[in-house]
Amino acid sequence: MTVTVFVPGDSGARAVGADDVTDAIAAQASARGSDVAIVRNGSRGMYWLEPLVEVETPEGRVAYGPVTVADVAGLLDAGLLGGEPHPLGHGLVSRIDWLERQQRVTFARVGVVDPASPESFEAHGGMAGLRAALAMSPLDVVAAVTDSGLRGRGGAGFPTGIKWRTVADARSSVKFVCCNADEGDSGTFADRMLMEGDPFTLIEGMTIAAYAVGSSEGYVYIRSEYPDAVASMRRAIAAARERGWLGSDILGSGLSFDLDVRVGAGAYICGEETAMLDSLEGKRGMVRPKPPLPALAGLFGRPTVINNVLSLATVPMVLSQGSQAYQALGVGRSRGTQVFQLAGNVARGGIVETAFGLTLAELVDDFGGGTRSGRPVRAVQVGGPLGAYLPADALAVHLDYEELAAHGAMLGHGGVVVFDDSVDMGQQARFAMEFCAEESCGKCTPCRVGAVRGVEVIDRILVGPPEERAGQVALLEDLCELMTDGSLCAMGGLTPNPVRSVLRHFPQDLGIEPALEPVRAGDAR
Amino acid sequence: MPTEWSIEAGARVIADHAGVRGPLLPVLHALQHEFGYVDAAAIPLVAKRLNVSRADVHGVLTFYSDLRTAPSGARSIAVCRGEACQAVGGHALADHAQERLGVRFGETTADGSTTLDQVFCLGLCALSPAVTVDGRARGRVDEATFDALVAADATVSPSADRGVGA
Repeated sequence: MTVTVFVPGDSGARAVGADDVTDAIAAQASARGSDVAIVRNGSRGMYWLEPLVEVETPEGRVAYGPVTVADVAGLLDAGLLGGEPHPLGHGLVSRIDWLERQQRVTFARVGVVDPASPESFEAHGGMAGLRAALAMSPLDVVAAVTDSGLRGRGGAGFPTGIKWRTVADARSSVKFVCCNADEGDSGTFADRMLMEGDPFTLIEGMTIAAYAVGSSEGYVYIRSEYPDAVASMRRAIAAARERGWLGSDILGSGLSFDLDVRVGAGAYICGEETAMLDSLEGKRGMVRPKPPLPALAGLFGRPTVINNVLSLATVPMVLSQGSQAYQALGVGRSRGTQVFQLAGNVARGGIVETAFGLTLAELVDDFGGGTRSGRPVRAVQVGGPLGAYLPADALAVHLDYEELAAHGAMLGHGGVVVFDDSVDMGQQARFAMEFCAEESCGKCTPCRVGAVRGVEVIDRILVGPPEERAGQVALLEDLCELMTDGSLCAMGGLTPNPVRSVLRHFPQDLGIEPALEPVRAGDAR
Repeated sequence: MPTEWSIEAGARVIADHAGVRGPLLPVLHALQHEFGYVDAAAIPLVAKRLNVSRADVHGVLTFYSDLRTAPSGARSIAVCRGEACQAVGGHALADHAQERLGVRFGETTADGSTTLDQVFCLGLCALSPAVTVDGRARGRVDEATFDALVAADATVSPSADRGVGA
């Protein structure tokens, strides 16, 4: 009898040896005369256990990890293929506490299905969302997405249904659906995991968007740092075409829609939607002023839906299970689930998807298990390189759009990076400006020049004469205000976030007495 | 191994990719994939074929950090500089990498064997610090494992290429 063994083909698992483990299991099982079929699934998002090997048993899938090549012989001796106990064993995957406490909606199939197999996708509920959508009118699909309360997961949190409505109402013979998969924020990897682990869901979500707004062409713009995600999406698109899930007359509905993958070239700014459009057009990734909104004049000047991977991958569930089911999750105006990415100096990093309402402490301490180094947590950066650093005594904050904003922070794309007490926050503030200087598209002066001046001013604060420090801090404050108010896009506009959070919460690292703290209480940014 | 640049081979690659919407970036990607870099002599060819100015081509070529205008070393190593890697020793690893190879980021060793680059986030933030060697990602890299990667042959293991690229 063939035993099915799962070894993630996720690039994170591969980065810690999953390919070698796959080869070792295949070779050694074969040498023992065992018949195994190895599936390269996505990752469950428990990265401290990768490579996490799972074995299909009558009771369910049994997990072992982290497995190295050296462990394989011992695991097979112990009865790996029968799901027998072993020191690396974790029992049934579905019973692992870390996963059981989550509510996986967007990530329901990641790590479960075979990302290379459309049959596996369909057997786990795939295409139900598109089928449900095709049974409705396009405007009813837009209404369902609006009613679900789904907000853009790329960072801005704009209601997805409202954006779709604008495109649906626009008059044009050509409209585009673009998926922003330029996941450049440090500390985020959910888009990558979804594309590698469940690519058909993204295709399904984009097809639903196309039907809703009347588009026939779409692009997935993936950063070049994600070669495995590029390969996974291209393979899935080819398979979807073969099955009539893309192309003309999709599922016999008369809908025509096709997709192409475009690869970035190492520019962070191309994650900004208008810069992404310029890059898709083959140009330098320069930010465009808004208006016009991309929804009205986007790619090649045509009405364009631009959504993040997670937003689009959530749409199928909204359609298949109903907008009320999604709307019922969450708190306040933050509905549904959020896919948090727990990273940095954390003992148990990975994907935590739960309904909105979790606190930062629950995420970092309960799920994360504190720091990897074992030292106390000193700072947590929420929302990527443009997000604020929160101090250890602010971890009670609830992770939803509104409460984070009230704390001068933002959810962004859901990245949470933990630092222990060895961190030099002065250097982190400097890095924020350095990163902006490196990655600015150069279109607007506050960002292009401001970031360079920001590095210089912080350097003078850190190593200049102490008697000039107060003046330099005032200058930095002024510069932050200018960049916030004067930049064309979020890159220059939000770079002051981490800098101001350091001034506010960690002034001693800039050589400033807390008493001289220049940031006014209640100053949100 | 990349093909050696020639006008004829370059023109062929350009023609193969010129038909897509917004072709300039895909064409430059294809040239780099084929030849390992984009030769200066390709700029007028691309401009003519796509009916854009040479300044447009130059502008795109120099905007994106992935695109190279000179061949890289036989092996490429990139070290992640993102915050998640910084949180677990990324600064020290970045310094160590430059010291170990005797080059700054963006430079190639004198013997032409290795090009060292920095990258801002590989999406391996729960397995940091991360580096890539010839496009293959490695997680939980400390200074000792970095040295072992550098000491290994051009490809780190027989499975190095699997699944990468398109």
